[in-house]
Amino acid sequence: MAETHSLQDMRQQAAVAAKVFIQRDYTKGTVCQFQTKFPSELETRIDKQQFEETVQTLNNLYAEAEKLGSQSYVEGCLACLTAYTIFLCMETHYEKVLKKIAKYIQEQNDKIYAPRGLLLTDPIERGLRVIEVTIFEDRSLTR
Amino acid sequence: MMKNCEYQQIDPRALSVSPSSAQNHTEKKVQRSRRKWEVFPGKNRFFCDGRIILARQSGVLPLTLGLIVVTCGLFFAFDCPFLVEHLTVFIPVIGGVLCVFVLISLLRTSFTDPGILPRATPDEAADIEKQIDTSGSSTYRPPPRTKEILINQQVVKLKYCFTCKMFRPPRTSHCSLCDNCVERFDHHCPWVGNCVGKRNYRFFYSFIISLSFLTSFIFGCVITHITLRSQEGKNLVQAIQESPASVVELVICFFSIWSIMGLSGFHTYLVASNLTTNEDIKGSWSSKRCAEDSGNPYSYNSIITNCCATLCGPMPPSLIDRRGFLSFDEAIPAASEMELPRFAAKNDAHMCTQSTKDVLERVVHSFDFHGLCPPGTPKTTPLGLEVSSMAAPSTEHSPSAGCSGQHALQPVAAPCPPFSRSSKRRDSLHSINPAFRLASPSPPLSRTTWILDDATNMGFISLP
Repeated sequence: MAETHSLQDMRQQAAVAAKVFIQRDYTKGTVCQFQTKFPSELETRIDKQQFEETVQTLNNLYAEAEKLGSQSYVEGCLACLTAYTIFLCMETHYEKVLKKIAKYIQEQNDKIYAPRGLLLTDPIERGLRVIEVTIFEDRSLTR
Repeated sequence: MMKNCEYQQIDPRALSVSPSSAQNHTEKKVQRSRRKWEVFPGKNRFFCDGRIILARQSGVLPLTLGLIVVTCGLFFAFDCPFLVEHLTVFIPVIGGVLCVFVLISLLRTSFTDPGILPRATPDEAADIEKQIDTSGSSTYRPPPRTKEILINQQVVKLKYCFTCKMFRPPRTSHCSLCDNCVERFDHHCPWVGNCVGKRNYRFFYSFIISLSFLTSFIFGCVITHITLRSQEGKNLVQAIQESPASVVELVICFFSIWSIMGLSGFHTYLVASNLTTNEDIKGSWSSKRCAEDSGNPYSYNSIITNCCATLCGPMPPSLIDRRGFLSFDEAIPAASEMELPRFAAKNDAHMCTQSTKDVLERVVHSFDFHGLCPPGTPKTTPLGLEVSSMAAPSTEHSPSAGCSGQHALQPVAAPCPPFSRSSKRRDSLHSINPAFRLASPSPPLSRTTWILDDATNMGFISLP
């Protein structure tokens, strides 16, 4: 079994055909949003609507993280009163949403993208600059 | 026998996917898993295994700390006893609370990542370069590279950062002292020894506000102290002679008050109009339409909302992930550097790589992506290893290219790096990496040679 797992690891390292980068969309300011424009390289691999839905959900999640609402104000004021030491023991709202995002991306990868030979990288690993979509070679075609 | 060979071939490679869980003891000997702060390209210093970040030059942070501690110390030692006696016990209490608040804010400002943007990965940089070349917008004027975008119906120019190899997001600026792009860059403050940016602006603001209160409080108390003393039948000079420390405090506070209060007032204005010092100095928005705040596309056009957004908004996470472990592709140079002398066993390895290729082709049929992203590895990018082992047939040609690539990498991959290595060398590592990865499969080759060498007692060498 260990051998099979290792082979799969190998498989994932084997053949990266290209990488597509979905850039940030700054039209609403500095809030973290990504462009929903469908990149042409993915046309053969995935449904446009599916992809746009993924990016839109991510955008919504990031908007939720950065939302200026009562929760964030309460958190901010409480932090200020405790001289910001509370951040050392409490997880911020943003971090909680980031965990949600990581889970969502993994889910999407497992269910939708991996079977099509694609892989989404969590934007936090790229400094929230891009969504990196790795396109794997379609081995079945080359065979 | 061949089967044995294949299994041995796969095993180290699978292991090396996650260097942080390197069970192979020989691998541990060569390279311990390193954290990302150790190879951070900017000019920062890290303490407590990456938990604390400071600029390279701590500036006058010790002086700031010293002044605050000394002044407060003198206050508690010389003025408080008299004032407690004559006035109220709350004076040292208030003083103590303010002092603690000031010190904590100062340390938070100094030791927090201000919002450093990690540099673009080589793939990203290549992609951006491609876009710039093909768009044709900069063909008539090659540098400087800018991109215009619309933010809230206003045109904003994004500049390309040559050090970080990306277009800077709006309000981001590159600090030359720290050699990093910082989000919502305000200024580099030598007094706190760090940049002030998106993540630590609220700490900086609370530091200067609380410091204003503290200095005013101490100033007032000292004046009261001396006045009370001179009222007890003595004249002013005598009062001062009795308590010389008060004069020291008076002098320090007098000069501090002007500057700190001025700074607090200035930053209060900035917070209320959602501006940064950088933008204010450059006059980015002042030359626009004359109606108030309409020039600034980031302003919410309401003082309260601006204040709340800047000071009480959600705390963004640190993007540089200081304490994460290095992913495999970043760890390659360190490993491969050790393998250069062992190229003698190259031929055997070539044969094994050939069989590996067969194995992989078989895998294609049972093409199955389950477990592609094993949970719990958010910090590693297993895809980083883009070496196509499918390029095995070209191994005869590539080792030399790979070898030279590795030679070039040698100076960078010192096992005990001072983390303040120059950005130039880091850039060279980044620029070499893509070529290194794509041009040759020698990493897997050299890894296998390394394992070959060390595995002599595993009965592995008896290959045809």
